[in-house]
Amino acid sequence: MRKLIGLAVIILVFSACKTNSSKKTLPFYGQRQAVTKTVNGQTVTDTVYQTIPAFTFINQYGDSTGSKKLDGDIYVADFFFTSCPSICPIMQRNMLNIYNAFKDSANFKIISFTIDPKHDTPAILKKYADKLGVTGNTWWFLNGDKDDVYQLATKSYLVAVTQDSTAAGGYVHQGYFVLIDKQKRIRGAYDGTDMKQVNQLIADIKVLRQE
Amino acid sequence: MKKALSFAICFFISMVIYSCQNEGDIEFGRYYTDGAIVYQSHCQNCHGDKGEGLGDLIPPLTDSAYLRSKKNALACGVKNGISGKITISGKLYDDQMPANNISPIEIAQALTYIGNSFGNKLGLINGDEVNSELEHCGSESH
Repeated sequence: MRKLIGLAVIILVFSACKTNSSKKTLPFYGQRQAVTKTVNGQTVTDTVYQTIPAFTFINQYGDSTGSKKLDGDIYVADFFFTSCPSICPIMQRNMLNIYNAFKDSANFKIISFTIDPKHDTPAILKKYADKLGVTGNTWWFLNGDKDDVYQLATKSYLVAVTQDSTAAGGYVHQGYFVLIDKQKRIRGAYDGTDMKQVNQLIADIKVLRQE
Repeated sequence: MKKALSFAICFFISMVIYSCQNEGDIEFGRYYTDGAIVYQSHCQNCHGDKGEGLGDLIPPLTDSAYLRSKKNALACGVKNGISGKITISGKLYDDQMPANNISPIEIAQALTYIGNSFGNKLGLINGDEVNSELEHCGSESH
């Protein structure tokens, strides 16, 4: 009997270790709803998480693109403007690390929304991308209607963005990198100006790709 | 006795030289360490913690020859910003650097830090130099 208990303890410890190491999952952010529906005559309650709604904008190549082209992709989103004197350079420097880590990975994208669409035309965004050394279609710089972009930022990606003539460059915005999964759910938000958090994001992208 | 006297004189002179040098070192050290803090809060976001710049958007601060050739224009550049085409380390840059609302002494500290980091060796750039350069902003072109 004693032996049996000992064995049981050992098995328990091992299985606890195992689930801890192999089953790291990322949390879900935003609002959630419990949805009850009837499947095959049985009542089932499911959790529905907040998702990013559909949008269609123009990328740096002048192509119309948007959420539809992101179906089945994991992507990182941020909000910036090309003439930004404050936190954008350090954000984009850190985003370049993410770009270089995953630029050859399938189903991965980086989406940078400009919050100054009047100035940041696709041509200007293309020039900016070139100067950053960004080529191909892994990293899109998107230009869209200002109200739509601001709405998306604050309501969907949960990043605060406002126009403020007293701020350096004329805009106030948070430097979050938002991680979106293949089902368009928010799985993480990281301070894009903090190298440590950006390294965490790179690790979390790898976890998410295993899902 | 003569020998002792000459030794004393030698000793005295070397002490004077040593202490002078030391005072210069202390002043340099003060500018440099304060400059590191100014750099972190006003320059590092764009130019990077190693002065590496960012792609073709923001030039690095590692071109010692350029910094040396523009030494007298650096203070005005930091204060008022820089626009137009510049070539640094053989690469053309054509974006704007914004103006910085910082005091002349902070400019001197930052320049001493930049001028003696990232492989540069410009020596001390003190507050007096910066003040006199700031009086003539605009006459030097970048």
